[in-house]
Amino acid sequence: MSSSILLADTIEVVGLEKKFGDLEALRGVDLSVKSGIIHAVVGPDGAGKTTLLRILAGIMSPTGGKVKVLGRDVASAPESIKGKIGYLSQRFSLNPSLTVEENIDFFASLYGVSNSDKIPRARRLLEFSRLAGFRTRRAAHLSGGMKQKLSLCCALIHTPELLLLDEPTTGVDPISRRELWEILYDLLGEGVTVIVSTPYMDEAERAGEITLLHKGRAIITGNMKILRSRYRFSMYELITGDNLKALETSARILGDEKVSLFGNRIHVAIGLSDDLSAFKSHLQNEGIQIKSIRSVEPGLEDIFIQELADAG
Amino acid sequence: MPDDRVLSGPAVSVTNLTKRFGDFTAVDDIGFDVCRGEVFGFLGPNGAGKSTTIRMLCGIIKPTSGEGVVGGYSIRKDSDRIKLNTGYMSQKFSLYRDLTPYENLEFYSGVYGLPGNRRRERISWALDMAGLTNRKDDQTGDLPVGFQQRLALGAAVLHEPSILFLDEPTAGVDPLSRRSFWDLIHKLSSSGVTVFVTTHYMDEAEHCDRIAFIDKGKLIKLNSPSALKKEEGMERVYELVTDNWRTAFDLLRKKRDRFGAISLFGTNIHLNLQPEKLAAVTSYLKSEGVEFSPINEIAPSLEDIFVSLLRSDDETGDRT
Repeated sequence: MSSSILLADTIEVVGLEKKFGDLEALRGVDLSVKSGIIHAVVGPDGAGKTTLLRILAGIMSPTGGKVKVLGRDVASAPESIKGKIGYLSQRFSLNPSLTVEENIDFFASLYGVSNSDKIPRARRLLEFSRLAGFRTRRAAHLSGGMKQKLSLCCALIHTPELLLLDEPTTGVDPISRRELWEILYDLLGEGVTVIVSTPYMDEAERAGEITLLHKGRAIITGNMKILRSRYRFSMYELITGDNLKALETSARILGDEKVSLFGNRIHVAIGLSDDLSAFKSHLQNEGIQIKSIRSVEPGLEDIFIQELADAG
Repeated sequence: MPDDRVLSGPAVSVTNLTKRFGDFTAVDDIGFDVCRGEVFGFLGPNGAGKSTTIRMLCGIIKPTSGEGVVGGYSIRKDSDRIKLNTGYMSQKFSLYRDLTPYENLEFYSGVYGLPGNRRRERISWALDMAGLTNRKDDQTGDLPVGFQQRLALGAAVLHEPSILFLDEPTAGVDPLSRRSFWDLIHKLSSSGVTVFVTTHYMDEAEHCDRIAFIDKGKLIKLNSPSALKKEEGMERVYELVTDNWRTAFDLLRKKRDRFGAISLFGTNIHLNLQPEKLAAVTSYLKSEGVEFSPINEIAPSLEDIFVSLLRSDDETGDRT
């Protein structure tokens, strides 16, 4: 981590705003992204993830605020800068009638990649993405996960310094999702800065830094350690003889939003200054048998929910 | 409220269920029971046969062979009765965006043939559940996604089905709405409704009482999330914490054929491996001069289990 002090931020965004008519897609986003890390932008549909990434890619202009990418104001950046940015949109335009290999060739020529650079790079990308066996298959006949991986290969054929990925794993099964992350880990090793947007909280926990985006605002940003330190509760996993009754009772004591049911387990968030044994005896007084109670780490979703509640 | 038939025996009972399309076997001889009031998760990679199974269980398509009994009715013989006894909700909420919530519910109560009194009662129940009583005359398309989702759920259970099928119900919804959606699901299940759900959100699968994993049309595992995490033969997950995480991560990735999957969570390294390989990892890192805190075993996520199961099911390497 100490080396990151020496590196300049790849992205510096201050007060970024984007309006589409009456709709405020981004309402004053501040964001800085260090170079050489994977930074996840997490949020539900409509949070502003796509708009943010499009502006960072220089293909959409903001209506307010400052956006510096790779040291330059992205709006006025020359093509030489834009050529260093790779962008993968949600609806990536693979040519369905071309084969896997032909699609990669097409993007290589689009970005002006020389043959001597292209051949070894394409080979490696196909290997990592496990598409090597499908070189001659038409894109139209690939599964959803394979199309996503091919799109990523195409976006990577010109060795970008900054890679922007808009929800590359949405609707993709966990195996293909892991393979995509394998590719991202390789990029990390090569020093590429990656910004990846996702609706999946558990996936975002893989990233070095995380920004939670909600209704056009960056609610919090930081690594998991920092985000966890903001959590003002201790999370416990509770298993009881009567989970429904325990759920109701806990919700009455702690409040609805502090309690949730996961199959046969209940998660309860107890304030740091509150007394766990008081809570336990409260349940027992209601005749609820506690089979087990253990401390668990809060997930990103728990933290997100707290921050949303704070933000009102 | 559920049909009497359901009160005895499982809500869903599937035996030797098979569906072929030409020479492709989409669902291959699967069997399982779902208990009444259970939240049953149905997981698998894209193309594993999840949707085909759900479509058979809802009576939309007929199996090639085998049998399924849903709410006491045979999917081969009584598909019309099944449609009246089941609710279905998918991620593409089947709501008319240019109608109001009230009009949408009115439309669905017509589809289900609810009589006047019951119709009014159920519509007001659904509006209340969705938190839309005061917004019942707004345009549906203008509502936040979380409200649309709860409205879609209301529409799917308007006719009080004993079994509810949810196909990736919470994709793209914010975490608060997702939580309150799951609270509603648990309320329905505690009132006796059986919930059958597919999802790609592994953290969402944690909400289920039991989970069935299917791959290439076959059922490969069925158990509760907590039991799955304790099963023998699964890969274990170990967490490695070191200041030199970049170096350690690069070193381990070079050897991943030998050690297994390596992933990064922030700056913590997760190793998915068989316990007997741990010593080799430790001595390898030490020989490379990497210092690290003691390696701890951590609870696997359902995603770890999913990947571990599929890896052992599929050693051919052609998975995509």
